[in-house]
Formats: sequence, C-alpha cells, structure tokens
Amino acid sequence: MNAAVELAPVVALVGNPNCGKTALFNALTGSRQKVANYPGVTVEKKVGRLTTPGGRSIEIVDLPGTYSLRARSPDEEITRDAVLGKLATERAPDLIICVADASNLRLALRLALELKQVGRPVMMSLNMMDIARKRGIEIDLETLERELGVPVVSSVAVRRGGTDTLLAALDARLAANEAAGPSAWRPPDAAGLRGGQREADRVLRAAIRQAGHLDPRTAKADAVLLHPVGGLVILLAILFVMFQAVFAWARPLMDAISEGFSWLGALVGQAPLPDLVRSFLKDGLIAGVGSVIVFLPQIVILFFFILLLEDLGYMARAAFLMDRIMGGAGLHGRAFIPLLSSFACAIPGIMATRVIDDRRDRLTTILVAPLMTCSARIPVYTLIISAFIPDREVWGFVGLQGLVMFGLYAAGIAGALTVSFLAKRLFWRTTAGEPFMLELPDYKLPQAKSLAFGVWSRALAFLKRAGTTILSMMILIWALASFPQPPEGATGPSIDYSLAAKIGRAIEPVTAPLGFNWQINVALIPGMAAREVAVGALGTIYAVDAGEEAAGKIGKILAEQWPLATALALLAWYVFAPQCASTLAVIRRETGGWSWVGVTFVYMLALAYAAALATNQIARAFGAG
Amino acid sequence: MTINPTIALGDARVGFRGRIAALDLARAPAAGLPPAELERRLIELGFVEGATVELLHQGLFGGDPIAVRVAATTIALRRREAMAVMVTDQP
Repeated sequence: MNAAVELAPVVALVGNPNCGKTALFNALTGSRQKVANYPGVTVEKKVGRLTTPGGRSIEIVDLPGTYSLRARSPDEEITRDAVLGKLATERAPDLIICVADASNLRLALRLALELKQVGRPVMMSLNMMDIARKRGIEIDLETLERELGVPVVSSVAVRRGGTDTLLAALDARLAANEAAGPSAWRPPDAAGLRGGQREADRVLRAAIRQAGHLDPRTAKADAVLLHPVGGLVILLAILFVMFQAVFAWARPLMDAISEGFSWLGALVGQAPLPDLVRSFLKDGLIAGVGSVIVFLPQIVILFFFILLLEDLGYMARAAFLMDRIMGGAGLHGRAFIPLLSSFACAIPGIMATRVIDDRRDRLTTILVAPLMTCSARIPVYTLIISAFIPDREVWGFVGLQGLVMFGLYAAGIAGALTVSFLAKRLFWRTTAGEPFMLELPDYKLPQAKSLAFGVWSRALAFLKRAGTTILSMMILIWALASFPQPPEGATGPSIDYSLAAKIGRAIEPVTAPLGFNWQINVALIPGMAAREVAVGALGTIYAVDAGEEAAGKIGKILAEQWPLATALALLAWYVFAPQCASTLAVIRRETGGWSWVGVTFVYMLALAYAAALATNQIARAFGAG
Repeated sequence: MTINPTIALGDARVGFRGRIAALDLARAPAAGLPPAELERRLIELGFVEGATVELLHQGLFGGDPIAVRVAATTIALRRREAMAVMVTDQP
C-alpha cells in the first residue's frame, strides 16, 4: 500500500440539485474519476482524484444533490451519512465544499448553515459566477463570508482556469489541517428549518444586490414551453423528432458498420482454416457481434437527445407538463424522468426512480419502466421493420417505417400507463400519493464537452456489454446451432441436426399460435440475456442455415421466409416481453427481493404472449398469414 | 391601515403576485403527506413567511400543477399542496 495514496484527504461536494455540482466535479477531476456503487445500495458513488497546485493529492467525492441533510430518499441518506462520517466503508470528509449556483443562492445558503452545524471544515464555492454577473447579480464575497461564517470562493466550472481560485483555497484550507469538532447537527423540525431560512435570507440581503427577477431568457422560453396546450404539443413534437432521428440519421453509419463486418466476414471466409474454426469466426463471432454493434449509432443519438434535454433544463419542464397525465395513470410526475431514461435503457431508468421518495410510487414506476421501449429493442424493431414495412411516405411527409416505429413506442407507453393504473388500484388502493414538488431550474446552454463525455461513457458501456455478455451469448448460440454436426452424407441444412433446432422445435407447440417458427424460438432463448442478442442469434442461425452468402442479408432472408403476420407478432412480443436478465437483476437490487422480479416477469410474459397471439391471429384474419 | 385579505396559493390564478403570510397546514387536508412533513418540505423549497411569490404557469388539466416563483427560485407543485401556503397580494 502506498501511504501517500492512503492518506489523501477526502473532500466532499454537497449542494442543491441543479447547482452545477457535477460540472464542477468534472472540471476538477477530468477523466480521473470512477463511478461505482456504495456497498449494499444502488446509489451512484462518484469519486475522483486531483493534485492541487500545491502538490497535494486529494480525493473528491460528488455526493447526491439535496436541499437538506434531513434525508428522504436513499440518495439523500448517502449524502447525510457521508457528511456526518457515518458510512462504515467510507472515510469521513476532511473538508466539505458546499456548491451553490451563484444566480440561485437562497436555498443553498440554508443548506450551508446546516452543513456548518456538522462541525467539519466547510467552505462554499459559488459556481456559475459568469451567469450571475451577466444577469446583474452582484455578490459581495467578503460580506457573504463574514455573515455566513464560512469561507467563500467563486468558480466557473465550464471555463478553463475557472477553478483556480477554488484550488488555491483548497490548498490553504487543507494545509491548515483543521480537526473536526463535535457535530451539533440534528434532523431539523419545521421551526428549525424556518429559522435557518430566515437566517439565510438575512445573509442574502446583506451580501447580494438583486431583485430576484426571473432570468429573461428562461421567462421567454417558458412562456412557450410551459404553455398548457402549446407546451404539450412541443413535448410530443420533440419526442417524435427524437425517434425519427434515431431511425433516419443513424442509417448511413449503420450501413457502413454493417458493410465493414460483411467485408471482414468474407475475408475470414476465404482464410485457409479448418471448417469449424472458420464457421466460428465468421458466423459466430463476426456475424454475431457485428449485428449488435451496428446499433451503436442509434444508441449514441438517443443518449445525445436525453442528455441534451437534461442539460438544457428541459427535463423538469417535461415532468411538469406530464404530471397530471401521468397522475391519471397512477404515476408520479417525477416518474417521467426515469421513464424517459428507460427509452434508452430500463436499467438507468429503474435506478433513476430513486428520485421518487414514496415507496409505492417508486415500485409502480419500477414495475412499468421495462415497458418503455429501450434501445436494445431498436435492433429487433429495425431489422423487422426494414424487412417487412415498405419504405415509402404517407401523407406526403412522414416515412411509413418511422411511423411504425413510433407506433411501437406508443404501444409500450400505453401498456405502461395501463399497468400502472391497474397496479395503483390493485396493489395500493390509494388516491393521494407523494406530492409533486420540483425545482424548475433556469435554462442553460449545454456544454459540448460534458455532453460528449456523457454520450461517450454510455457508448462505452454498450460496447462493453457487446464485448462481454452479448459476445458470450453469441458463442453459445453458435455452438447450439453447430453441434451436433450433421452425420456423413446428410442432405438437409446442417442446422436441422443441431441442438438449437431441437430446443426450438420442443417449444414450438407453445409458440405456434403466435406464428413463431423454431428459428425464432431459438433466438428468443438467448434474447433473455439481452434483447438485442436475438438479432445476432437470428443472424447466426440463418447464416449457418443458408451458408456463405447469407451473413449480411438477414433482413432479406427473413422477408422471404416469414409471413407478415409472424413479423408483426414478433414486434408485438418485443413491446412487452421481459427479455432482459440485467433489468430483472436491477429490479431485484432496487426492490431488495425476488418477489417484485417475479411479478414483473410474469405480468410482462403474459402481456407479450397475449399481444403476439392477438396480432398474429388478427393479421392472419386480414390475409397477412 | 388596510387589511389585505389572504388567500391560499392553491386558489390563486396565473399572474398572482404577493407575499407568503403563513403556512396553514390545516388548509391542505388532501395533501399527500402528513402536515408536519409537508410543512418541512415547503420550507426546504423556500416557502417561508415574507417571501415573494408569483404564480407563473399552470398545467392544462384543472390548472394543475402550478409553477411558482418563490423569491429567486421557480418551484413546481400541485394545487392541493399549495393550499397550505397562505398569501396576500400586498407588495
């Protein structure tokens, strides 16, 4: 063990939500940060390292945002316990930095007063000083420091050199080597909070000249974006553009990736290797992984939109607009953000339900989050839509393929609303729920760097998954589809003799009413690990089945071999099916037991079966069989 | 000296400007929280006696939820919880 590393002082960042704490954390640590979980809970733990100008090595912890140490959610409990030094696995902070948005100081000052009571060294960092100055807010740092009784420095997280003052102050504070005093903090009651806010208001009046006017740009934007009717129309339009973009913009890149892998497959196909090795590399590895990686552009575009809306400050507005509509379905307005994240992936979505304080509201949201169309379904949808739905325009300007995609998303949303409505009636039988109370932050121009950082880390996570879980599943599928080998002199396609065909045929009686053939059955099984694997699996199965030239043309083969009714039924299946082991694992972690996993799995499976059955039978009745 | 009537913020219309006169938890029986907890949450978001308020926006259905400027912060909440915030239109 390195003693210097061991003794690096711990500095904790604490602040209100939206105060720019994470931007400051990114500015201070850059890429020297790690995201992990606190043991036993799923609260994200963000730790980074930095070396101060004075040569001091520091460990910085970015704690979840809060308005008070009086914790009400698992996230806020972590913040409280970390600040109080009560986390068994973490070292207590040597210095607490209360981060505040300089243009929105009032609530932060009350929090700072609470932090002062903890007895540990505290300082305040006024972030976004540039924005405050532009808006004519003049802050007298000396007065603020004196009245608050805590050292105050200013910072501009998004500008180069914007953290120099803060770093110098850090050096000075840590050099003083102050010991923590006894903590006088107790969970405040209403009188205590009221007194704190009065004191904060007094400090504010002494140190700041500002009228408390609304940011004029935010006021102008909200007049449109929060308009009762117009706001909802714009929200729907944003969602529609998002999904059209995911479908249309990604196309050229996806084609390029797909061609790249075909080329690679063809290259390996000509290599002087034993048949089995060549088949493994070409049909198992390259075809399998290639058919998943091809969806990277879509995932990048989707996360780009979600992170952009979040950084802009629009997400809270979306929750505001949707609160009443979601409330009608028994969901909390705050559930909108987790559910919207679930469009990217249910896992971050389910983890984001931690912003919902009430346990019942939270469980309802977790229950329906997997119904939101996640990015892992995109590969399946894209494959089938582009194979079966003609690429033409309806009403002169909307692509039919994009419209079907939108319809699938809408079906997932309708399913989620219905299930949550029923859950609220069946499980809880309550009407009054957790109140909707949320700060609407000023709009801010997103920083290209932090946006890129966010998209990059998501893309990396997807590639990592493609490289581990998905890759190992692809190898398993290839093995199932390749063994046992056909006997000498066999005439039929070799896959007919394989274990995969046996499994697929065994469950055929169950899936026949849905119109699924055994190849689909085989693909559904590994699809349990991750939905997008099904596409790779179909690729592998049909590549092994049809031989050489099939690898790059799965869609074409499907269009030739499946009736339209089967394709539509598979789409309906995928809207509802609980086909993701990682999601179920996260539900277990977040709910602390298997019972909710069971409920989720069973209800989704039942819905999927019913939807696919209905779709297949109706489509056949209309002659699409 | 004139006495300004106080109304509940939950009953106010868009465009209302005034000051918080008191928090009266008995006025919000339909709120989703016990009174003591609702009071603490309201204070944590800045709803303290004397603070200026302005009702900026409201939702489409039943005028709910509402967006309220409290001093220098904008807070979204539902009318049934805002019933506990007593306001006067005195500047």
